[in-house]
Amino acid sequence: MANKISDEVIDYVSILAKLELSEEEKEQAKSDMGSMLDYIDKLNELDTDGVEPMSHVFPVTNVFRDDVVTNGDNSAETLANAPAEKEGSFQVPKTVD
Amino acid sequence: MSRQYETVIGLEVHVELATKTKIFCGCSTEFGGAPNTHTCPVCTGMPGALPVLNKQVVEYAMAVGLATNCSITQYCKFDRKNYFYPDNPQNYQISQLYLPICRNGGIEIETAAGRKTIGIHEIHMEEDAGKLIHDEWDDCSLVDFNRSGVPLIEIVSEPDMRSAEEVIAYLEKLRLIIQYLGASDCKLQEGSMRADVNLSVRQVGSETFGTRTEMKNLNSFKAIARAIEGERARQIELLEEGKEVIQETRRWDDNKEYSYPMRSKEDAQDYRYFPEPDLVPISISDEWIARVREAQPELHDEKRRRYCEEYKLPDYDAQILTSYKKLADLFEETVAICNRPKKVSNWLMVETMRLLKEHNMDPDELSFQPSNLAKLIMLVENQTINGTVAKEVFEQIFKEDVDPERYVEEKGLKVNSNADELYEIVRRVIEENPQSVEDYHNGKQKAIGFLVGQTMKATQGKANPGMVNQILKELL
Repeated sequence: MANKISDEVIDYVSILAKLELSEEEKEQAKSDMGSMLDYIDKLNELDTDGVEPMSHVFPVTNVFRDDVVTNGDNSAETLANAPAEKEGSFQVPKTVD
Repeated sequence: MSRQYETVIGLEVHVELATKTKIFCGCSTEFGGAPNTHTCPVCTGMPGALPVLNKQVVEYAMAVGLATNCSITQYCKFDRKNYFYPDNPQNYQISQLYLPICRNGGIEIETAAGRKTIGIHEIHMEEDAGKLIHDEWDDCSLVDFNRSGVPLIEIVSEPDMRSAEEVIAYLEKLRLIIQYLGASDCKLQEGSMRADVNLSVRQVGSETFGTRTEMKNLNSFKAIARAIEGERARQIELLEEGKEVIQETRRWDDNKEYSYPMRSKEDAQDYRYFPEPDLVPISISDEWIARVREAQPELHDEKRRRYCEEYKLPDYDAQILTSYKKLADLFEETVAICNRPKKVSNWLMVETMRLLKEHNMDPDELSFQPSNLAKLIMLVENQTINGTVAKEVFEQIFKEDVDPERYVEEKGLKVNSNADELYEIVRRVIEENPQSVEDYHNGKQKAIGFLVGQTMKATQGKANPGMVNQILKELL
């Protein structure tokens, strides 16, 4: 594996992804990420001069919806997924910005 | 000798678009529904849900871009901005980073110092987050996703502003343009227009920018002006003490008139944007741009000029009337009925503005029908009622949209032009006020004013003032 992921990088990525990894998982993630970057390096060997960057895998554009209300009150279904509920809202730990 | 500092300000303005539905699903955008009643798997980020773009969002974004002299990015797409916060159920926001729909525009503002163009770097489309309500009782937060997925455009200016005055002028101009387009109601208090202020200071003459901070939580023009003054002072103080300004996001507390660093945003500002795979790119043809351009209604500057030419109004009137779309609409609709532009303008500029101020209301809240104002103007013109009564009737139109003809009839407010009756009343007033009569005969012209006043009082303000004057002079 050409790409080596440092402990600092894996710790930073864990923070961004809100994941707490065990030492074992960290080693596994480091090796997985390293081989992903190796694969990207492989792609980079191709000459892409003059090739338009691809922004989507399907050659389709302009899929739109008309501005018409189609959904009604769906609160019961939405709140069915709430671990905790209060006054029709999701209850979460106090979050102040 | 203290150094001279210059403030450099750029704005990020978020505007909620006036679509009926959210940006990627068919949920209603209506404001004020019970919590989570306007939600579905798409706008609550359920796995497997597929967003589909609301075409009207693209049209509104293009309309705002064209009206602010931007060029339209004819091949544009969405990107994912990744972050965790309880108001963001997907754990990413669908936004535009690489190819925003509008770029390189600008609008002209007018301040006491003259005219100036403020550049617009870009306008992009994105989705709003849900709303967090803090429950002091249970020491928890409650999340309502009704706002999640409401379409926004973010208008990013160049760092071209140098004072709070310029910032306010820019925001007012933007608001007018967007309101006239019908793309948003732009209410700061309700959050349909929100401004983040990027501010740095530098010594006058310096070519490089200082370190900037970003301020959030500014929900009125006054708060914005105070926040700019406060943050400018804070940064200058740091520099004078030889300290550094730290690049950070700060929350303005308008009660304490001070900004505080926002802790939650401290940890990670790495959004790891990548192209949104669930949405296909947008391809905007020349014809589509032309169609949106053609559909553009008359905007503020144009309307102001037309009011001066077509209705022969002074520029002062035209400026005030066009400063709120609601006022301009009322003006035009009323003039269309009674064809008395200057009279309509006066009622709107003087009495309407006075009552709005008195009731602490916004022109958008005006609810009377133009036909009622038109009727009132005609009642005055054909001398059915006098000016004093008209003001009283107008208050009723303002408050309850009464039909002035019926109201005048019911309350018996018609001008009393009955000569016999008026002679009788004036005779009595003269008898009861011998002192004023004597003063008048001694050359005090003002005394007649008092007698007119007494006569008006005796008729509950309904006497024809011209006739009262004439009768008084005759009898004295």
